[in-house]
Amino acid sequence: MVCRDHAIRYGRREFAPLKGGHGKPPRRYRGATGPVSRYSIFSLARNALDYHRGWQKVWRSPDPKPEYDVVIVGAGGHGLATAYYLAKEHGITNVAVVEKGWLGGGNTGRNTTIVRANYLQDASTGVYGHALKLWETLSQELNYNVMFSPRGLLHMAHTEHDLKEIARRHVANRLLGIDLEFLNPRQVKTFCPIVNISPNARYPVLGASLQRNAGVARHDAVAWGYARGADARGVDIVQNCEVTGFRIEGGRMQGVDTSRGTIKAKKVAVVTAGHSSVLAAMAGLRLPIESHPLQALVSEPLKPIMNTVLMSNTVHVYVSQSDKGELVIGASADLFYSYAQRGSIMVIEEQMESLVDMFPIFSRLRMMRKWGGIVDICPDASPIIAKMPIEGLYFNCGWGTGGFKAIPGSGHVFAHTIANDAPHPLNAAFTLERFSSGNLIDENLAAAVAH
Amino acid sequence: MLLIPCPYCGARDEHEFRFGGEAHIARPENPDKLSDEEWADYLFHKTNPKGVHFERWVHEAGCGRWFNLARHTVSHEIYASYKVGARKPEVPE
Repeated sequence: MVCRDHAIRYGRREFAPLKGGHGKPPRRYRGATGPVSRYSIFSLARNALDYHRGWQKVWRSPDPKPEYDVVIVGAGGHGLATAYYLAKEHGITNVAVVEKGWLGGGNTGRNTTIVRANYLQDASTGVYGHALKLWETLSQELNYNVMFSPRGLLHMAHTEHDLKEIARRHVANRLLGIDLEFLNPRQVKTFCPIVNISPNARYPVLGASLQRNAGVARHDAVAWGYARGADARGVDIVQNCEVTGFRIEGGRMQGVDTSRGTIKAKKVAVVTAGHSSVLAAMAGLRLPIESHPLQALVSEPLKPIMNTVLMSNTVHVYVSQSDKGELVIGASADLFYSYAQRGSIMVIEEQMESLVDMFPIFSRLRMMRKWGGIVDICPDASPIIAKMPIEGLYFNCGWGTGGFKAIPGSGHVFAHTIANDAPHPLNAAFTLERFSSGNLIDENLAAAVAH
Repeated sequence: MLLIPCPYCGARDEHEFRFGGEAHIARPENPDKLSDEEWADYLFHKTNPKGVHFERWVHEAGCGRWFNLARHTVSHEIYASYKVGARKPEVPE
């Protein structure tokens, strides 16, 4: 169904009203300023009658205006979520999200889609737990199916040390309200029957912790859903627009230089993951961040066989099965620094050894595709979500190997930080200054796997 | 996959090496006089450039010795391999 004034408003002449598409415009999206139709079973049926020729573009592609209240650099999940919550929770809609490439084309489209909250430190549990709560209702919130599937996550123990670490995290998490259960090898086998629990394995399974409300989500849909929601509230998403420098006068942010001209803004929020150090250098700052390649790969599609997400620190691999039937497999980041979005084959070789060790059933499985993203790793494996020493400059970075799961929570608290020029209680600890004060949030054990 | 020229053993497969982070970070001469911010910069802050990076590697499964590489972080091209203590080599921008 096509709304006539929609086509006029956005200058989309190619969407001329179709036969049967006249009459009442579609119901407006809740709180929307633009005429975005709400998705439902009825809109699906209505469009089916029209052979699906009437679907509208999900967001506009405007040229950048000369000035905004807030410019967000990076249209990945975190950047778009930030824009969405700025508009929705804080009423700041004069916002541009500028993106060097295409929306969701960085790490948002390159991860293994795992969502969990079983971190160790209080501060981490706060922000990841907050994100997990938002995930649970995100599809309804955005009116966009992000396919969040809380199918459980098993974290395996293979040594006495693993068992102690899991027990410690188990107690720490339960004290903070994150539900974990401990399974013995027999219970692991019942929960996920294809795991090899033979005591003769190279690294026998001694137990596992299970977070039942963890799972996976559709990575692209998260970016698209937030983009649609932000756009409907008036946020301009400007793709193919690379930031080349900052305008800083007297220690205050004045705007950004981009490949599409200068854009003035008193507040600039940088959410560029692997390129955070590059953007920081443009503002004369140094960050405690290293950029590494992190690879993942998918197998040929199988019938449903893997009912959960399984991760292991010792036999380093994590795996889940996508709705298309492919196994989605990840492991270690490459050790050297790189901005190339590709890593070394030896890392994948080790990952496959681990997979076959845990699941002998997969030994003859063929792999279809591999890819890499650039992850921004802090020394304590925790993010920086904070104001920078330059007034009006904010960074949200350092999510390293595990940013995807945090998208809703990260965007929510970062929007609060930008709107109020002060952190939300949940991100107050994630400052840049913690590296000089010594208040590190060490998550190297909990963050090292299942990205 | 990198083919790394060890200055002692010649070109070997990446498998034999371990990455050791940024090179040419000088230990502070007056540690007692350093502010917390200067310590943070020395300990944690990284140049992490998109371009040529001067970095430490150790030939762990070979001669066991540390050395430096000048390597591009986008193309992964290695411009120079040199011994610890040597000056930074000239590299193309």
